[in-house]
Amino acid sequence: MTAQELPIAGDADVVRVRQLVRTAAVAARLSLVDQTKLVTAASELARNTLTHGGGGSATVEQVSSTIKAGVRVVFHDKGPGIPDIALALTDGYTSANGMGLGLGGAKRLVDTFDIVSSPGEGTTVTVVKWAR
Amino acid sequence: MERIPILKIGNLLLVSIQVDLQDRTVITLEEDLAEKIVATGARGVVIDITALDIVDSFTGRMLATIASISRVLDAETVVVGMRPAVAITLVELGLSLEGIKTALDVERGMRLLSARA
Amino acid sequence: MAAEVFGNVVERCRAEEEELLGRWKEIVAESLRGRMTGVELDKELRDLLDALLSALAAGGGTDPGAEAYGEVRALLGELSRNRAHQGFSPRETAVAVFALKRALRDRIGDEPGFTPLTDLIDELGLITFEVYTRAREEVISNQAEQLLELATPVVKLWHGVVALPLVGTLDSARAQVVMEKLLQTLVDTGSEHAIIDITGVPAVDTQVAQHLLKTVVAARLMGADCIISGIRPQIAQTIVALGIEFGDIATKSTLADALMLAISRSGVDFGAEMAKRGL
Repeated sequence: MTAQELPIAGDADVVRVRQLVRTAAVAARLSLVDQTKLVTAASELARNTLTHGGGGSATVEQVSSTIKAGVRVVFHDKGPGIPDIALALTDGYTSANGMGLGLGGAKRLVDTFDIVSSPGEGTTVTVVKWAR
Repeated sequence: MERIPILKIGNLLLVSIQVDLQDRTVITLEEDLAEKIVATGARGVVIDITALDIVDSFTGRMLATIASISRVLDAETVVVGMRPAVAITLVELGLSLEGIKTALDVERGMRLLSARA
Repeated sequence: MAAEVFGNVVERCRAEEEELLGRWKEIVAESLRGRMTGVELDKELRDLLDALLSALAAGGGTDPGAEAYGEVRALLGELSRNRAHQGFSPRETAVAVFALKRALRDRIGDEPGFTPLTDLIDELGLITFEVYTRAREEVISNQAEQLLELATPVVKLWHGVVALPLVGTLDSARAQVVMEKLLQTLVDTGSEHAIIDITGVPAVDTQVAQHLLKTVVAARLMGADCIISGIRPQIAQTIVALGIEFGDIATKSTLADALMLAISRSGVDFGAEMAKRGL
C-alpha cells in the first residue's frame, strides 16, 4: 500500500483517520490488540491535530523491516506548536479538550513515537506499530 | 450527525452505541441522557458498548462524566460489553474509569441495576 | 565492460547448457540423497541457470545486488526458503549454488571468465545463507508463538468462574498473551470471575507484576472480577520491595480459597449448590 493522506479539518475526519489506520493495521497483520492500540493512539493524535494544531493532515503508510511488517502514521499541523514537549508528554498535563492523556497515552500505545515541534511553525508526530 | 437512541425499559434507560463515535455525537448523548433521566425518573442507565472497537480518552472521559451526572440525578450507570482489546488499550492509555460500574453484557448490567433499585 | 570480465562464458555455457545442467544436478542430487525428486530439482536448477546466464548476457556485471540479477535473487530466495521450511540443513541448501562452480570447472574451467564467475557465485551463495537463516528464524518464532498458546490453558472451575493456572517463568511477552487469552475467555464463557493462580511461577519482576495488575484492571473494565492466588512468600516480598501497589485487588494464598471467594461473590449458596449437584 502506498502512503495515503487524509485531511483533518473536523470531527468526521477523526473517524475517517481511525478507519484508514484500522484498514492498514489489518493489512499489516497486526494482532487485534495491537490494531486497537494503534487506532486508539491515532484517534488521540488526530484529535490533538484538530484541537491544538487547528487542523492538519494524517498520512498512513504500511512499512516493513526484514522480517516484520508495521504501520506508520504521521500527523502534521501548522498550528502554534508545543513549547515544552517533555511537559506535554507528562500524564495529567491538561490541555484544551482532553484528560491530559493524549500525547503521553498515545506514546504508550505504539512502538516508536517521534515528535517534532517548534513554536509558531507547527507540530509533526510520527508513530509506528509493528506486528508482533 | 447521527443521534444515539435511548430506550426506556421499566425504570431503566438503555443506550446501545452502534456507530463509530464522533466527539460531537458523544456530547449530544451526554445532554440527551441527562434530559431523559429527569423526564422519565429513571433509576439506572445501561450503556452498551459491545459494538465499539475503540474507546479513546475522549469517549472514556465522557462515559465517566455521564456516570457522574446520572449519579447526581439519582440514577446509577453501568457500562457493559467492553471488548478485551478495548479494555487492555484503555488500561495502557492510563484510563481505569474509576467509579464506573461495569458488566459483561446488557442482561447482567440490568440485573446489577435492578438489584439496587 | 562487465561483459569483458566474463569473456565468452555465456556463449560457452549456452553451447553446453544441457551437459552443464546435468553435471550440476548430479552433484546436488548426490548431497540431497533422494530427498527431492529429479523433476523438482531439474526445474529449480534449470530456471536458475537460465536466469543467471540471461543476467550475465544483459551485462549484469560483478555485483550480485545489481538490478539485472533481480530474477536470480528471487529464484535463490525461493529455493532457500523452501529448503529451510522442508528442514534441509544449511549445507544442503548452499550446495545447490556452490555445486555450480564444480560443474562449471568440469565443463569450462579453461575459460578466462571462469574465475570472476566463481566469485559471483560465491556472492550468490551468501544470499542463500541469508534467506535461509531468515526463514529459519520465522519458523522458530512461529513455533515459540504456538508454544505460548499451548502453555496457557484457561480452565472453567465453576459456573461463571474461570482460572488461569500459570506454570513456569513469565516474561513480558507471555504475560501479554496470557492476559489477552484470559480476558477473551471471560467474554466467550460469560464468566464474571477469574482466578489467576501463580503458584507455579518461580519469580516475578516489575514488568510481570504490572501485567498482572493491568489484567485485573482490564477485567474490571469488562465487568469481571479477578482474584490472584498462590502468591509465594518470596514473591510477596518482591512485590512489596518493588513498591508495586496491589491496592484493593483480592489475593488469596491458595487456589481453593480463591475459588471459595469467587463462588461466594457470585452469590451462590455453596451448600445448596453442592446438594443440588449431588456432591
